[in-house]
Amino acid sequence: MSQNVLDRVKGQFTAGELLETGSQHGDEWARVRRDAWVTVATFLRDDPATKMEMFIDLTVVDRFSSEPRFDVVLHLYSVSLKHRVRLYAGAPEEDPSVDTLCPVWAGANWFEREAYDLYGVRFKGHPDLRRILMYPEFVGHPLRKDYPKEKRQPLVRRQPNSVD
Amino acid sequence: MGLDFYTGKLADAVNWARKFSLFSYPFVTACCGMEYMSVAAPKYDIARFGAEFPRFSPRQADLLIIVGTITERQGPALRRIYDQMCEPKWVIAFGVCASTGGFYQNYSTMPGCDQVIPVDVYIPGCPPRPEQVLDALILLQERIQRGEGHSQVQLKVESGHYDVPTTAIRPRTAHLPGGESGGKAPEGAG
Amino acid sequence: MDNTLAPPTRKVVLGIQEPSDFDAPELPTEPLPLNMGPSHPAMHGTVRMVLEVEGEKISSADVQIGYLHRCFEKESEYATWTQIFPYTDRLNYISPMLNNVGYAMAVEKLMGIAALIPERAQYIRVIVGEISRMTDHMTCLGASAMELGAFTPFLYMLKAREWLFELLEEVCGARLTVSYLRIGGCAWDLPVGFADKLRNILDRTKDVLVDVSKLLDRNRIFRDRLDGIGIITQADCLQYGITGPVGRSTGLAYDVRKDAPYLVYDRFDFDVPVGSLGDNFDRYAVRVEEIKQSMRILEQALDQIPAGPYVINDPRIILPPKSETYNSIEAMIAHFKIIMDGIHVPAGEVYSYSEAGNGELGFYLVSDGTGRPWKCRVRPPCFASTSILPKLLEGLFIADIVPTFGLINMIGGECDR
Repeated sequence: MSQNVLDRVKGQFTAGELLETGSQHGDEWARVRRDAWVTVATFLRDDPATKMEMFIDLTVVDRFSSEPRFDVVLHLYSVSLKHRVRLYAGAPEEDPSVDTLCPVWAGANWFEREAYDLYGVRFKGHPDLRRILMYPEFVGHPLRKDYPKEKRQPLVRRQPNSVD
Repeated sequence: MGLDFYTGKLADAVNWARKFSLFSYPFVTACCGMEYMSVAAPKYDIARFGAEFPRFSPRQADLLIIVGTITERQGPALRRIYDQMCEPKWVIAFGVCASTGGFYQNYSTMPGCDQVIPVDVYIPGCPPRPEQVLDALILLQERIQRGEGHSQVQLKVESGHYDVPTTAIRPRTAHLPGGESGGKAPEGAG
Repeated sequence: MDNTLAPPTRKVVLGIQEPSDFDAPELPTEPLPLNMGPSHPAMHGTVRMVLEVEGEKISSADVQIGYLHRCFEKESEYATWTQIFPYTDRLNYISPMLNNVGYAMAVEKLMGIAALIPERAQYIRVIVGEISRMTDHMTCLGASAMELGAFTPFLYMLKAREWLFELLEEVCGARLTVSYLRIGGCAWDLPVGFADKLRNILDRTKDVLVDVSKLLDRNRIFRDRLDGIGIITQADCLQYGITGPVGRSTGLAYDVRKDAPYLVYDRFDFDVPVGSLGDNFDRYAVRVEEIKQSMRILEQALDQIPAGPYVINDPRIILPPKSETYNSIEAMIAHFKIIMDGIHVPAGEVYSYSEAGNGELGFYLVSDGTGRPWKCRVRPPCFASTSILPKLLEGLFIADIVPTFGLINMIGGECDR
């Protein structure tokens, strides 16, 4: 149902920025080269045939054993034309970074902070990249597949056998 | 009849007054807060027990009700609020997340609020039914009447009633360094 | 007679008070850092706001969330697909059925069985979902009113919410954390007499809503504190991804139930209230109207619900009936495999969305073909609504934070997951 979005994007970007497109379970998706992330997103927002004005979600998938390790996933929606698309950008483990989408959608600010906090993916140009869900003293990025689920880093504990 | 009889009766009277006029500080974090609201609502009226009006400042409250999950991030704030309360003070851990962490066993959830503060009554349940909360309140009131809350015991020790050195039962709280070694007991503990 | 002693008119937009109305020299002020700590009386989850104030006016606000981060995603990577239902209850914990609906739909979309869900199960999902939406809005409005000092509407709303909780307890055994739905349908059927009880409750709730609106709608204090404060524009909603009652209060007419109907929502006749100004009062009014529309949907659903199975008939997905499990070895093994290994969901990725109490609740699932998800991401609607708060609070008075934050309806379980 959003195939026209993919067609439009494929027509516009012909220099290899678009690595792959597809459709699964009714969701249309496109894989984008890392350095073309902001250009493709801006095009989708501004082009009158796609008009994806609404920012829905930005997250990261840790593929762990396949390259590139981190996939930054962006979901967009068009309120006027009622179609959706999902964009992927792969970031390798040695340099997990992608350009920020804050200039395109202001709401990407907190979502990117969360992706940085939980996965360690840096967003170049982000105005305020710091932890949002974990506390600043926390070390590590907990949603990565190699962070054990029950490894706590407590800030305060009572002494054992104390009344107080 | 010695002086003990009259001070005993006075202590009973004071405890009676305390148990029926608990000023609660609801430290609400999560889903149990909805059941706390239901307990305070007209159907399961907590006002019948005298514990109606929540005091939203720990300096004016004597019952700290920890409602909902406590995360590691919340720990220092919780400790500070407990320290700000005046003695005698009591703590109820409302819900299984506040008691033991519930079914959240992960890097961010504290396995029970008794990791940072001493608790008098634990209420299991996810969330507990309002009747369970009222039952817990009655249990707490019985403990208060007998003078067996943690804080009341400590006060008795400090005023010399028991032959135990205070430092043995009241060490300070340790602020652990965060980082990779989280979860280990601090050096020199025990 | 000279009127210099009359109180100054409060500027509607942004609540800024001009000192020249008093005709007095401005006193020198310093910016003061003020901490509205993680535990504060506004009973709306735990959030910390580090404010910089000049007098009473906020010059900058740093909203720090994460005090209820309970690791939904990490826990769901270790749980089977069915074991995630209790975790989803505790996301937006005042409308737990809506989270269950969203998650069940996402897994069914990934498995490709969305069209095979029996009709009765879809109607049941709509009914319990709309009941949850009612409890969500009632709690939000009651708590927000209480924070402004109106204690009576809070008690009235809780009284009505209590009836709905008792009804949910008859349906699934729990008042709040329900876990009623399963992949493929519902855990069990609605009890006998459910329709009559629900109709009775809806009649009584209409009276409660009339009482509350008499107390609040034209109340001078309530209106003064809500009108014109915390204005969000439609452009903001698109930039930040704000949907739901907060988004619709700005005039953005987007409701998943109408724009991309799921389950059986296209068979009902209901309206979606849309505001115009985007201030606090619009958010309040949109929620009140949504409760009424939910009641409309419920009445229609109760009339239309057909008899039939309440769960899909596929032995790879649902547990076999207990009489067989205890008496035949094949059923016992099937039961064992489904519980221990989890339902086998084919590898793939899907994003499924539904209309929750706060807006578009999305589930982005990544499956590697086993019985446990590779990634189960929740797209929380109130994360987007809360992300606009630092910008929204600039220029407001400290006292304006209370209704603004209350009516954004940030639920800690959903925002921090």
